[in-house]
Amino acid sequence: MPRRIPLSPQAQAVLAAMPTRRGVLRGALAGGALAVTGGALAACGTTGTGSSGPTAKPSCSVPDVSATERTVLFSNWPAYIDEDEKNADVHPTLVAFKAKTGIDVKYTADINDNNDFYGKIRTQLTNCQTIERDIVVFTDWMAAKFIRNGFAQKFSPDKVATFLKNLSPSLKGRQFDPNMEYAAPWQTGLTGIAVNTGVAKEVHTVDELLTRADLKGKVTALTEMRDTMGFMLLSMGKDPANFTTADYDAALDKLKAAVASGQIRKFTGNDYVQDLAKGDIAACIAWSGDVIQLGFDNAKIKLITPDEGMMIWSDNMLIPTTAAHASNAQALIDYYYDPKVAAEVSAYVNYVCPVAGAQEEMQKIDPDLAANQLIFPSAETQSKLHLFMPLTEAQEKEYEGKFQSAIGA
Amino acid sequence: MAALLPTAGGTGAPVDAPPASPPAGMRARRWVPYALLAPGLLWLIAFFIVPVWQLFAASLWDPNGSVETGYAMTWSWSNYATAWDMFHVQFLRSLWYALITTVVCVLLAYPLAYAIAVKGGRWKNLMLVGVIAPFFTSYLVRTYSWKAILADTGPVVEFLKWIHVLGPDGRLLATEFAVIAGLVYNFLPFMVLPLYASLEKLDVRLLEAARDLYHGPVRSFLRVTLPLSMPGVVAGTLLCFIPATGDYVNAQLLGGPNTQMIGSVIQSRFLVVNDYPIASALSVMLMATILVLVTIYVSTAGTEEVV
Repeated sequence: MPRRIPLSPQAQAVLAAMPTRRGVLRGALAGGALAVTGGALAACGTTGTGSSGPTAKPSCSVPDVSATERTVLFSNWPAYIDEDEKNADVHPTLVAFKAKTGIDVKYTADINDNNDFYGKIRTQLTNCQTIERDIVVFTDWMAAKFIRNGFAQKFSPDKVATFLKNLSPSLKGRQFDPNMEYAAPWQTGLTGIAVNTGVAKEVHTVDELLTRADLKGKVTALTEMRDTMGFMLLSMGKDPANFTTADYDAALDKLKAAVASGQIRKFTGNDYVQDLAKGDIAACIAWSGDVIQLGFDNAKIKLITPDEGMMIWSDNMLIPTTAAHASNAQALIDYYYDPKVAAEVSAYVNYVCPVAGAQEEMQKIDPDLAANQLIFPSAETQSKLHLFMPLTEAQEKEYEGKFQSAIGA
Repeated sequence: MAALLPTAGGTGAPVDAPPASPPAGMRARRWVPYALLAPGLLWLIAFFIVPVWQLFAASLWDPNGSVETGYAMTWSWSNYATAWDMFHVQFLRSLWYALITTVVCVLLAYPLAYAIAVKGGRWKNLMLVGVIAPFFTSYLVRTYSWKAILADTGPVVEFLKWIHVLGPDGRLLATEFAVIAGLVYNFLPFMVLPLYASLEKLDVRLLEAARDLYHGPVRSFLRVTLPLSMPGVVAGTLLCFIPATGDYVNAQLLGGPNTQMIGSVIQSRFLVVNDYPIASALSVMLMATILVLVTIYVSTAGTEEVV
């Protein structure tokens, strides 16, 4: 998830619900949204006869018109690709792609929130309808869900040879896509502790963040459950990639205690960026790309790797089952695994680059960035990075439900 | 106009029509009002009745179902008990915040509306524009700007610290105060405008008469002005209280984990947790509670008598 959009997912949702401010209608609207997004569920409400049964995995096959229509529709998160200095709508790497292959990329930055976007396209995909997109980008856990529900098309290995060759070894064989058939990481990010050293001295452990008296009321954590709870689990000495419900509950109690004591002021989306820059908050759980960019303007803002380590996540390119330009889409995916192209994007977005060999290319663009551990983590740094384990739908509902209650909502 | 009224025969009907059966034109005309109502009714059915019904049905689905496996309709009334157990704190907090907001809005808006309506003179229109002007900016943007105004390093907090209202570590953001202040700010115009509308019709000669009958300013306000403005007060309080109860923007932007309102809970249950039955149950509870409270309020306020 690119963290540079100024609004949190919550605010985005708020914005979507803005035109009607009548509380009484809101429920009705939510119901309406249900009718739209719920698809098969809608029948239950009116007939009262019950379940539509487990959703059958859709098996759509759409003819690939890539050869005749030299285009590909790419949906991504805002501010997540290189931009021309003069015109932010021009993306040099995409221009170069067209020059090289003749394929015109229609790029839209219309993904703001995993849940929202998934809800928007889910019904069409279930019904084998086109969503008019050939590539969508989802964070690991949502990508897993997307694949699990049969919404993703398989890559053909011969069309994505560069991807298979250059994918960073640490991202190979991930649990939700062991054979690298469905999901190609676009960017990877780290979650660590950001400190405004103009307000407070550095914070080196999660416990310090949760208990140090001078930080009271000046700490924020993230509304993304996996980021915040990953840290809580780490601070309890548990592995976020492999924990039990009892571990989770214990970690959640620790979080609740910090909320009750007033240490944690707020849970945020990426709106912590402004508050951290202003000094309203002294330290927070934060995303790497954001903090690197803040650091350019204000050297007092630092991302610290806590002693417990950092969380790592990726946003993945996926080809929906109903995409009509699958071959073109694979050509584009493969193109971004060219280390030179990947370095160009990373130089702009400052997230961790998922492409092996990009570091050498970055050396030519900006040696400082090439040496940045938060963009090209060394083996030593990588040993301190932790993944959050994949959850089943039932676990997700349980854990997310408990977490949301703990953060007040 | 005749076409609007089913009983209004005559204007276009043939005079020499047989009296036994109503003329064909008459019969057709009986359907006209319904035909005219049809678009509105269809709209209401499609976008209000059906969604509300679906929401209600969803609140009774099997709580163990999921979006991926589908939900069975099990008439699980226990969803309501579960929802109440889990979220009564936020539920009651929302009603409480909305009540405070409404009271503060009345106290602030009444003098303002009175000043515009009675003393405004040639500035009346300009003052009204002043009340409405904030609507030219998005609700969300205005609430965001309150974040800047109330910031820890902002002028308001600095000043309050300087006069020792706030301690050295004091802050306003992420407190109840900030949430309620945001609500008051956002809903104040909804109180001012109806109050203005009813105060504007106030006949000042009635106040003169009250003075002639030896009423002081306080008593003439309580016995004359206030009762005459009751329709405005009732309309304003409803326009404030109802949306304030369901609001979640202010709580989310200006509040902290201990000031979240029921709107945030419903939002996160629907969109983040994907727990549709509990989210629906909460929405239905909120609607029902507001409906009951408003009915009681309107019937006790008894505005018909004073209109």
